[in-house]
Amino acid sequence: MATSLGPYEAVIGLEVHAQLLTRTKAFCGCATSFGDPPNTHTCPACLGLPGALPVLNGEAVRMAVAASLALGCTVQHHSVFARKNYFYPDLPKGYQLSQYELPLARTGVLEIEVEGETRRARILRVHMEEDAGKNLHGMGGASVVDLNRAGTPLVEIVGEPDLRSGLEAAEYLKRLREILMFVGVNDGNLEQGSFRCDANVSVRKVGEARLGTRTELKNINSFKFVADAIDVEIRRQIALLEGGERVRQQTRGYHPERRETYLLRDKESEADYRYFPDPDLPPLTLDEAFIDGVRSALPELPSPKRRRFTEELGLSPYAASVMTAHPRVAGFFEETCLLHGDPVKVANFVQSEVLRDARTSGLSATFTVTPKQVAALLRLVDEGTISGKQAKEVFTAMAESGHDPGDIVREKGMAVLSDTSAIEQLAASIIAANPKQVGAYRSGKTALLGFFVGQVMKQTGGSANPAVVNEVLMRLLAAPT
Amino acid sequence: MTTDILDHSIPEIAARCARGEVSAEEITRAALDRIQSRNPALGAFLTVQGDTALAAARAVDAQRTRGEPLGPLAGVPIGLKDALCSADAPATAGSLVLTRKAPRDGSPERDPERGYRPPYDATVVARLRAAGAILPGKCNMDEFAMGSSNENSAFFPARNPWDSERTPGGSSGGSAVAVAAGMTPGALGSDTGGSIRQPAALTGVVGVKPTYGRVSRYGLIAFASSLDQIGPFAADVRGAARLLEVIAGHDPRDATSLPVAVDAYEAACGRDVAGLRIGVPEEYFAEGIEPGVDAAVRRALDGLRGLGCEVRPVHLPHTRHAVAAYYIVATAEASSNLARFDGVRFGLREDASQGDLRGMYGKTRGAGFGPEVKRRIMLGTYVLSAGYYDAYYLRAQKVRTLIQRDFDAAFRKVDLIAAPVSPTTAFRLGDRTDDPLAMYLADVYTLPASLAGLPALSVPCGLAPAPDAPTASATRSVISSLIDSAIAKAKALPIGLQLIAPALAEARLFTAAHAWEQISPVRGARAPSS
Repeated sequence: MATSLGPYEAVIGLEVHAQLLTRTKAFCGCATSFGDPPNTHTCPACLGLPGALPVLNGEAVRMAVAASLALGCTVQHHSVFARKNYFYPDLPKGYQLSQYELPLARTGVLEIEVEGETRRARILRVHMEEDAGKNLHGMGGASVVDLNRAGTPLVEIVGEPDLRSGLEAAEYLKRLREILMFVGVNDGNLEQGSFRCDANVSVRKVGEARLGTRTELKNINSFKFVADAIDVEIRRQIALLEGGERVRQQTRGYHPERRETYLLRDKESEADYRYFPDPDLPPLTLDEAFIDGVRSALPELPSPKRRRFTEELGLSPYAASVMTAHPRVAGFFEETCLLHGDPVKVANFVQSEVLRDARTSGLSATFTVTPKQVAALLRLVDEGTISGKQAKEVFTAMAESGHDPGDIVREKGMAVLSDTSAIEQLAASIIAANPKQVGAYRSGKTALLGFFVGQVMKQTGGSANPAVVNEVLMRLLAAPT
Repeated sequence: MTTDILDHSIPEIAARCARGEVSAEEITRAALDRIQSRNPALGAFLTVQGDTALAAARAVDAQRTRGEPLGPLAGVPIGLKDALCSADAPATAGSLVLTRKAPRDGSPERDPERGYRPPYDATVVARLRAAGAILPGKCNMDEFAMGSSNENSAFFPARNPWDSERTPGGSSGGSAVAVAAGMTPGALGSDTGGSIRQPAALTGVVGVKPTYGRVSRYGLIAFASSLDQIGPFAADVRGAARLLEVIAGHDPRDATSLPVAVDAYEAACGRDVAGLRIGVPEEYFAEGIEPGVDAAVRRALDGLRGLGCEVRPVHLPHTRHAVAAYYIVATAEASSNLARFDGVRFGLREDASQGDLRGMYGKTRGAGFGPEVKRRIMLGTYVLSAGYYDAYYLRAQKVRTLIQRDFDAAFRKVDLIAAPVSPTTAFRLGDRTDDPLAMYLADVYTLPASLAGLPALSVPCGLAPAPDAPTASATRSVISSLIDSAIAKAKALPIGLQLIAPALAEARLFTAAHAWEQISPVRGARAPSS
């Protein structure tokens, strides 16, 4: 945190690579995939075979534009794919197709909230590029290459150096990830690498305008470590400066167990990528009508959604954040609300019951019940057919069997006994069977009402409506026999 | 068996095959016979696919027997430049980097039969097959299409059938020779800076470089992507028109291919040229042009004037910058296009010590690429490197724009531009190999149309004795009889007329070239060794 840095402040800018959830790759018709057998989703184009040519995937463009608009960026009418030239076995063509001088979108903004304070972090640009394959080492002593991932479409979102601490950086990442997931263009999976982050970190004396020499922290593949890694690097740089040394421009990795960053390579010796416009791909031209079309198809973003949940639906800020933790959770909640008019009750039930058994994986989520079932269940409680406690039992049965709550209540004979005459009969027999307690009650020990209620509930298996039971018992006990 | 069928034009061969006068198998056997007898001396083909060609021919014959309609190239053997990918043949692009290493059994170090096997057909190859064409073999070329003499082939140079001591030109030299020597009635080449037009001119056949984007590049092993364009060779204009009509058209696999309907090129042959305005750029008749070439081209212009064309001068003032701009743009793109030949996935791999990736790259590329390719990779790498990009690549692109504007301005006044293709006739093998700059400068008349992306063709317009042939001495000397016999043997060499049209006006090229062909003094002239 900035307060602990003494006369220094940290300057952090994040570069995020997010895989777009297109069905096919950026420049060929191969399926995008994760975890399939190596090199099973490849073709002459993504293998970089002689003579093959790239053709831009329109779905990738639409998704990248959607992401850009969701981040408040201005989408450019004219952008250009360039070749970034370098040799590596996971890069089949010997160059990566990436927008360079003329990116897809510029100048966006991301609002982040840290310790109750809202800050605006600017976004410099969003551009499209293709992912590389994967080198796998140590396979029988050899290194092998899997090119299934090669050519998967990415957006790179380059942030301005507006962040000041590891915590802010982590918050920025969370908000960014959430937006991409709500727009439906990225599954936010850090572990599988579909959402990756590099952080540019430098420090300078407070009040100084010039930026210090920066290092780049590569591939921090866990939210848990982002803040740590950055704060550790900030402290390393300050220690260097305090010791009279200078910060060298480097690319560094993070070792979570040792809580240290380590040198990957010196930037000063880095390759010259010899960028130039790719002659195989014409410039990407997008007209205002296309951009407007994408804009009008954008779903509600998480921040406005949270605001609406608190301001219009009356949810607590905490409940609102739980209901927007994942796009599919928000969808479940909202769908249930359409079928049941009390969002607060719905949120409580979703939070306490539904989410306990729900599983999310990337952008998809599995729920054990449907919004329709939940709404029906809550209605049974509202109508007094079952108690709140019974609702939990019905929920479990519903999740197991998939049956509707009404059927379950009927099958289990759980319907609350509200039939006054039936309860009267039962109460009368209990009163007749317990003359001693009746006498005590009538002589003033009214606390014994609980005893009678307990007897009725016991004999009905807990299914009697407690309000009716109370009313009936009090009436019968009051009347002398 | 007679192989005369091959001396007919492509439309005639296809028509006879369709009528059943000759079977596709007979035509294919004729082509294979001629390749067998003539190729050893001329080096036009790197590899021959006799079995698959015969199988394809029999399929065409079976189609005809069943009464099914036949394609426009039914039974017509077409040679393919070895830069084109065909799923049933090796593709080396004239380079060792696309071959496997020779086994240690005494087999030749350089064997195109050990070439890389593409798993797919180039779009043009698929279109040829669909049209009933027979594909008997892959034609020799300068390595990665870098060269103007075919001497940069990693295997052996193709030789000019008019004089086998001379170059057929390049880089599509093998394709030109296949047609000029009557081995196949047509062939495909690729033209980046003149690689179809120049060998067509030097071997006396018709060669067409279409508008950039007119023919799909999918499956063409790239040299310079913004300039490469596949085009046909044929013995006559009509044959070239038919071939182009088959291979042209939009292809969703090539983002630079134009989504524009293809004109009826063959139907354009035979149209009247009266009133056609033909511009003659004086910049193309500059110093260094051989008098024989100059004279032949001017005679052709007179001939066109006689047909009612209006011939007038035009100016293309930026022509002199074309060579410099071209060798920056083309080498820049090539340096990147050739990065994929890294020993990882296909072709040659030279082993280095365990874990030494850089070493593997260096050894593979060091052994796989020839000197001209290395020279161009280095040039291209240099012009793209940080700090030099603006001064070279960006500036070259601006020059390219100026050259395009030259043509735009000229085409406001004329319908076509006529010029020589090459300042010289075919030169001797080995003459220019030590002087790459002289080799580059010889491309001066073909580069501007390439840089502007315009369609251009070469049509034979004359024959002239080579200027470097011995001339008669006034004094009779001891060796005079030897000289006399040398003059007697001094071989006539073909000269090409270049016609350049506005973008997508290929039909106009064919109209004019066909009209000229009918009155050309070299109409039907065949190379002596064919």
